[in-house]
Amino acid sequence: MASRLMALWEWFDARMPSVAEEWRKHAAEYYAPKNFNFWYYFGVLSMLVLVIQIVSGIFLTMHYKPDAGLAFGSVEYIMRDVSGGWILRYIHSTGASAFFVVVYLHMFRALLYGSHREPRELIWIFGVLIYLALMAEAFLGYLLPWGQMSYWGAQVIVNLFGVIPFIGPDLALWIRGDYVVSDATLTRFFALHVIALPLVLLGLVVAHILALHDVGSNNPDGVEIKKNKDSHGKPVDGIPFHPYYTVKDTVGAVVFLAIFCVVMFFMPEMGGYFLEHNNFIPADPLQTPEHIAPLWYFTPYYSILRAVPPLFNSQFPGVLAMGIAVLILFLLPWLDRSPVKSIRYRGPYYRIALALFVVAFLILGYLGIESTTVWGQFAATEGSLMDRMLDTKDRATWVARVCTVLYFAFFILMPWYTARDRVKPVPDRVTM
Amino acid sequence: MSDNQKVDKTRRNLVVATSVVGGAACVGAAVPFITSMWPSERAKAAGAPVEVDISAIAPGELKVFEWRGKPVWVIRRTPEMLESLKTVTGKLTDPASRDSLQPEYAANAYRSLKPDLMVMEGVCTHLGCSPQMKPADAKAEMGGDWAGGFYCACHGSKFDLAGRVFRGAPAPTNLTVPPYTFLSEGTLLIGEDKKGA
Repeated sequence: MASRLMALWEWFDARMPSVAEEWRKHAAEYYAPKNFNFWYYFGVLSMLVLVIQIVSGIFLTMHYKPDAGLAFGSVEYIMRDVSGGWILRYIHSTGASAFFVVVYLHMFRALLYGSHREPRELIWIFGVLIYLALMAEAFLGYLLPWGQMSYWGAQVIVNLFGVIPFIGPDLALWIRGDYVVSDATLTRFFALHVIALPLVLLGLVVAHILALHDVGSNNPDGVEIKKNKDSHGKPVDGIPFHPYYTVKDTVGAVVFLAIFCVVMFFMPEMGGYFLEHNNFIPADPLQTPEHIAPLWYFTPYYSILRAVPPLFNSQFPGVLAMGIAVLILFLLPWLDRSPVKSIRYRGPYYRIALALFVVAFLILGYLGIESTTVWGQFAATEGSLMDRMLDTKDRATWVARVCTVLYFAFFILMPWYTARDRVKPVPDRVTM
Repeated sequence: MSDNQKVDKTRRNLVVATSVVGGAACVGAAVPFITSMWPSERAKAAGAPVEVDISAIAPGELKVFEWRGKPVWVIRRTPEMLESLKTVTGKLTDPASRDSLQPEYAANAYRSLKPDLMVMEGVCTHLGCSPQMKPADAKAEMGGDWAGGFYCACHGSKFDLAGRVFRGAPAPTNLTVPPYTFLSEGTLLIGEDKKGA
């Protein structure tokens, strides 16, 4: 039997040797640094979530109806009448949030160890493109249940394009395909969500990994293992991805799936953070819910949008700030002028800057979920200097403004503080 | 083509010309795809006027009607409500509605054809949420000088009872007044002006 299988494999290999070649190139003989730690799980986990989303999505489309009159009911039908339908939907909705959790941690890993630095700039750029595609995918998918939050979230986001000077109103009309968010909007969002963007995402993931395997992985020490090769030309600090890291990543995947299942089975709505309460009410174009907020993974940017005051009677500055907050990530490899990559050898400036950035990002995320009055108002008597100086007295808005400044300062001041930091000497070899 | 060979200019020009023509064809081929995403003829035709019964609206009450998929509010304002419009003018962005959208017959102090009956689109001019009516007795929530109006929960814009926006709000202009006409005392036609008026 075994020899029969062997013979079959040899027959196949003689006709299509590229399969074995690619396997060797990307797994069996891909040498990864031996000192990967906890932070190196999140790349493979985001691929796992992508697979989970694609598979659960395919089965959801078998029962879902992309029609403004039927969509909400078909989701309830999936939840109540389709055998195992509730599990499919909760896999997909938990997967959406899990995707952002692992991607944010994956991006933070790059900031810790300098994974975006030369020669890995292209990997980073493909990564940011993946992040953008993921945001678009999440936004488009959120309209499909046709609940109140789906409807009004789409209304607000599409109108954000409408404030772009000159082309805005026409652009928003073109995106909606109607004068209001309607059936035409739902069907095109469905098409983009299930066909166009998954294809884009898959293509970008392939590019991300090919670019990674061409230059080799970074590691927690930020040293290049390819500089130190043995007599066979293998990096002395490298180990083959398969079996070493396939086994390690399997352990990570099992732990991740255990956590995923706890969320999915016991808290799929996550107290309204993963599935918002108002989205269990069908879309009503005549009434906006009392409190509307985007899902948690967009809230830092939503906070930035709200924090920027309108200028010249236009909301465009806020929208612009929000857009730049995301797009500035592309420049990161060139903003960072530190001679070292890893936080282990960086000095206090970068450590403090990164800590402040993370704190600002988390506070912005929290404030985006809440109303701007969550922390009350500054007491200022009418006509006083403070009353005239402050355009808004909401404390939360001012905190969001400070955090917005910190967010941008992390990037804009980076060339300055990374170049002046007191760095430590980097070892020649990786440390364990 | 190896490096020591001379470039065949004719071939190169043909390659460039073919690429340019091919590129232009791709742009042309994209046109039907792009244009298919504009509102369809059916969507454009769906903007017909709607006739609504407003006889049952009590003084101080707001009723919502749907026109072109948007909420249109009809409010029968009380004398006190009309009085409040005069007291707030100092705090408004555009008190005379110069930069706001309304038909000519509604470009007055009350922003309406009949002073008591306010007709406007219940769509915030900021990002399109639908504000909520907050009566004058909502002072605890809206501040001590609140004289009644509307509040947009999405981004905090405030409007008076004629849909005029208060300063310091993200909304740039007053709420839009759609074209409308009264067919009789109790019937309102939203979406069409009086013919010949």
